[in-house]
Amino acid sequence: MTITELRSLSQTQSNKAVLAPKKPRWGSYTVYAGLAAILIYCLAPFYWMIVSSLRRTADIFDNSLLPAPFSLENYVKVFDGSTMFGQALLNSLIVAGVTTAAALVLGIFAAYAISRLNFRFKSVILGVIIATSMFPGISVVVPLLKFFTNIGWINTYQAMIVPNLSFAIPLAVWNLTTFMKSLPFDLEEAAMIDGCTKWQAFRKVLLPLAAPGIFTTAILTFIHSWNEFIIALSMVNDPRIQTATVAISKFTGATEFQAPFGEQMAAGVIVTIPLVIMVLVFQRRIVEGLTSGAGK
Amino acid sequence: MAALLLSPTAVVLALVIAYPLISAIHQSLYADQTGIDADGFVTEGETFVGLGNYLNLLTGDAGDRFLNAFANTTFFTLTTVSLETILGLILALAMNRAFRGRSFLRASILIPWAVPTAVSGLLWRWIFQSDGIANNLLGSEILWTAEGAASKIAVIVAEVWKTAPFIGLLVLAGMQVIPEEVYEAAKIDGAGWWRQLGSITLPLVKPTLLVAVLFRLLDALRMFDLPFVLIGPGKDSVETLSMLAWDESNQLRYGSASAFAVILFLYVAVVAVVFVKVLGADVTGTKELRLARKKTRSQKAGPAS
Repeated sequence: MTITELRSLSQTQSNKAVLAPKKPRWGSYTVYAGLAAILIYCLAPFYWMIVSSLRRTADIFDNSLLPAPFSLENYVKVFDGSTMFGQALLNSLIVAGVTTAAALVLGIFAAYAISRLNFRFKSVILGVIIATSMFPGISVVVPLLKFFTNIGWINTYQAMIVPNLSFAIPLAVWNLTTFMKSLPFDLEEAAMIDGCTKWQAFRKVLLPLAAPGIFTTAILTFIHSWNEFIIALSMVNDPRIQTATVAISKFTGATEFQAPFGEQMAAGVIVTIPLVIMVLVFQRRIVEGLTSGAGK
Repeated sequence: MAALLLSPTAVVLALVIAYPLISAIHQSLYADQTGIDADGFVTEGETFVGLGNYLNLLTGDAGDRFLNAFANTTFFTLTTVSLETILGLILALAMNRAFRGRSFLRASILIPWAVPTAVSGLLWRWIFQSDGIANNLLGSEILWTAEGAASKIAVIVAEVWKTAPFIGLLVLAGMQVIPEEVYEAAKIDGAGWWRQLGSITLPLVKPTLLVAVLFRLLDALRMFDLPFVLIGPGKDSVETLSMLAWDESNQLRYGSASAFAVILFLYVAVVAVVFVKVLGADVTGTKELRLARKKTRSQKAGPAS
């Protein structure tokens, strides 16, 4: 028996408590060591970004684990106006918000039709909608770039929102359909027997029941749209319309060798913080949403 | 009724998916030309070149660049997805054992997933700086973000960091629906941890794992943001098909850009179809059958371990 086998055996034993715990301490140590390794793996790069953002420009190349003189200098610089970062955050919020709202409205109707109504080619339609989510972003961007140039949409919000729907709608339809299918039809049926119309049954029975699923879908769609890069990069070159992800990628200094890393890290932290808060608050829902499709 | 409810979705998808696809195919048959006509005026126009854009991909300078981008895309997809799968499985196995602090773990594992790719590109660019923390910890002086093999490694590390947790989460969800009784029974039959892993856990999470891997494959094939931000556009050693197409359209060469976009689309479609075929072939076999097959296989391999 190798050491790893021994170790894993002791893990099994200590955790499942089936056999007498011969080496309980060793077993729990390896479990905790493994978990600590996972935590370091996931959080260390992110932690490094936060620490670096809190250093002064002068000691940005320090490799100490804590910012030696703690400084908010980078954060002040990020918002000092020359980069229009505040505007970029607002743009991201507008683009991601409208994309999410539009995808949800269309997605709810489509998901209702697919999960509650009977019609021909239902699975084909669902299949096509899901297949579209595999469509590479660049294959959307190149033709639409030319089209939007012709109709004068370059440097507008809609030039980002409409292409964003190419991934947001499939995501929303897929998630909502899975969720609505898991809800019992009986309640709506009972409501309709009691004299509700289909619309009333949908609005007063199904919609409240589906609210958690809709909420989960909204979070996922919002995160995806917030993180979107290639569409925003291609459709917009005016810094006033740029989204935050594009803005930070263009945060370059005078020369390539003197990139303002402190500011970049600070901006990165600011862009990521809303998502981290969402993840911490709604982690259970996010995991459910991510896994519901794959688990079926 | 159904048609009414589905039509808005259909219209939008037609505009953002079907139209671009048809337009890209159409566009890829034309070449933009800027020339001087007989009277000395600058003319700009498009000429029909048939499959000329595609033929150009196979020859000349453009051909080398295309083949390089194609090779990079394939290389990154294969390396990152296989590393992610292995790491994701390990993450899921470790998290499946954790009882205390599981929700804290789950939140922290979601963080790499939630960090925008552009931000993670910047973050790793900083880590891989020539006098940055990576070289400091390794005691090396590697130029990670310049051209060359080191930049490939930088991209792979950054990509795997961000996406292995995603696979881990999906696989963990698959593991948690496996009933405890199966393990109890296996233990009574004297199966050790490795046997349980090989004969129970892996076969039962396989459907979930395959879906997760498919998602990741398709996503890795269109990789753009990470090499773009981490290393930069126009660098041979990390240029992917998406980056090449973007660069061409940036130079207003829509014809060849469309050809690249169409090729990438076909590549993604072929991988998806092949994968689903493999997946479909698996779904037809019942779980019990597969479990039994695995059991006999591992029994054969049993004495060796």
